[in-house]
Amino acid sequence: MSKTITHEFFKGFWEVLPPFRLVLGLCPTLAVTTSVENGLGMGLATTFVLLFSNIIISSIKKIIPKKVRIASYIVVIATFVVIVELLMKAYFFAISQKLGLFIPLIVVNCIILGRAEAFASKNPVYLSAADGLGIGLGFTMSLFLVSAIREILGSGAFFGMSVMWESFEPFAFMVKAPGAFICLGMLLAIINLVPKKTA
Amino acid sequence: MEYIVLAINAILVKNILLAQYLGNCPFLGVSKKMDTAVGMGMAVVFVMTFATFITWFVHHYVLVTFGLEYLQTIVFIFVIAALVQLIEMFLKKLVPGLYKALGIFLPLITTNCAILGVAVLVIRKDFGFVESLFYALFSGAGFALALIIFAGIRERFRVSYIPKAFRDTAIALVTAGLIAMAFFGFQGIDSSLKALTMN
Repeated sequence: MSKTITHEFFKGFWEVLPPFRLVLGLCPTLAVTTSVENGLGMGLATTFVLLFSNIIISSIKKIIPKKVRIASYIVVIATFVVIVELLMKAYFFAISQKLGLFIPLIVVNCIILGRAEAFASKNPVYLSAADGLGIGLGFTMSLFLVSAIREILGSGAFFGMSVMWESFEPFAFMVKAPGAFICLGMLLAIINLVPKKTA
Repeated sequence: MEYIVLAINAILVKNILLAQYLGNCPFLGVSKKMDTAVGMGMAVVFVMTFATFITWFVHHYVLVTFGLEYLQTIVFIFVIAALVQLIEMFLKKLVPGLYKALGIFLPLITTNCAILGVAVLVIRKDFGFVESLFYALFSGAGFALALIIFAGIRERFRVSYIPKAFRDTAIALVTAGLIAMAFFGFQGIDSSLKALTMN
């Protein structure tokens, strides 16, 4: 496996696409995907944190003692989460109200800590940045997909605009918790049908 | 009476896993076997109550006093990480039996979003001290209940035929969806209980 920037960037879109290939970060995937707007907001916030925490962790990896590395990663990640939290409150207040609890919970999104431990702590800064951005955008893409399905079926709308025919009865089940689990399970099964190496 | 309503609400109606989407990573990760599920469930009940106990004090007596509420995320995650470490050391020394049962689950709990989620939630909901403590305890119990039910069902998968694409996580998610649907039925209790306490 050659380690090029393009490879590290594009692997996030299929090969290790979170949360389908990498079964991590399920809570936000289930919780905020009731509408496309929320899904995209969450995805981009996560991408921001992932990109910057990967860059910082990769650049200070030599001075972090092995024993306290997890705690150090968490502090770096939490710092960026607080930054995102404040930025969103200042500029995207409506979305930040809707996402609510799930913005602080980006700290414990296992994707971010997982990438820090598995990738950023072993690779140079430019590769880690590509990895963070790629995985983050892949995650955003998955959230977009799940939320598009749930919003179209669950409330007959896309980005808040009505898209279905008039007599369409919204499938309210889809925007509730059980719908989230089942929708994600079905998508995962469909993605499993496609062999890994076709991308 | 108030606490009974709170208990039913937290355990059944607004189950932290199935209705609030918190803590799904361990839910799918450790539910393959019954005994690990029981261990994890107990560990979560224990740590969740303890963590909420401490973070409530930290928030109301440290962060609010010094006007540092915006640091909530970073402080809470740090308190939880430290607390988990402490509990681990204490148990190892004082209650080796319990440590043996819960030991391997404790480090995993730091990144369980249900713990941080509940700690933040009781602050957002403006709960008093006793109420927060009960809420955390019951939420943990709800987590354990859902996890144990889920593990019971998942153990049966080993002997049943599952299409290849659905194996492992996909079928687990669909099953979780079905359990969530069953729990959804408890919402009726909620409204009748509310009517009861009104009188």
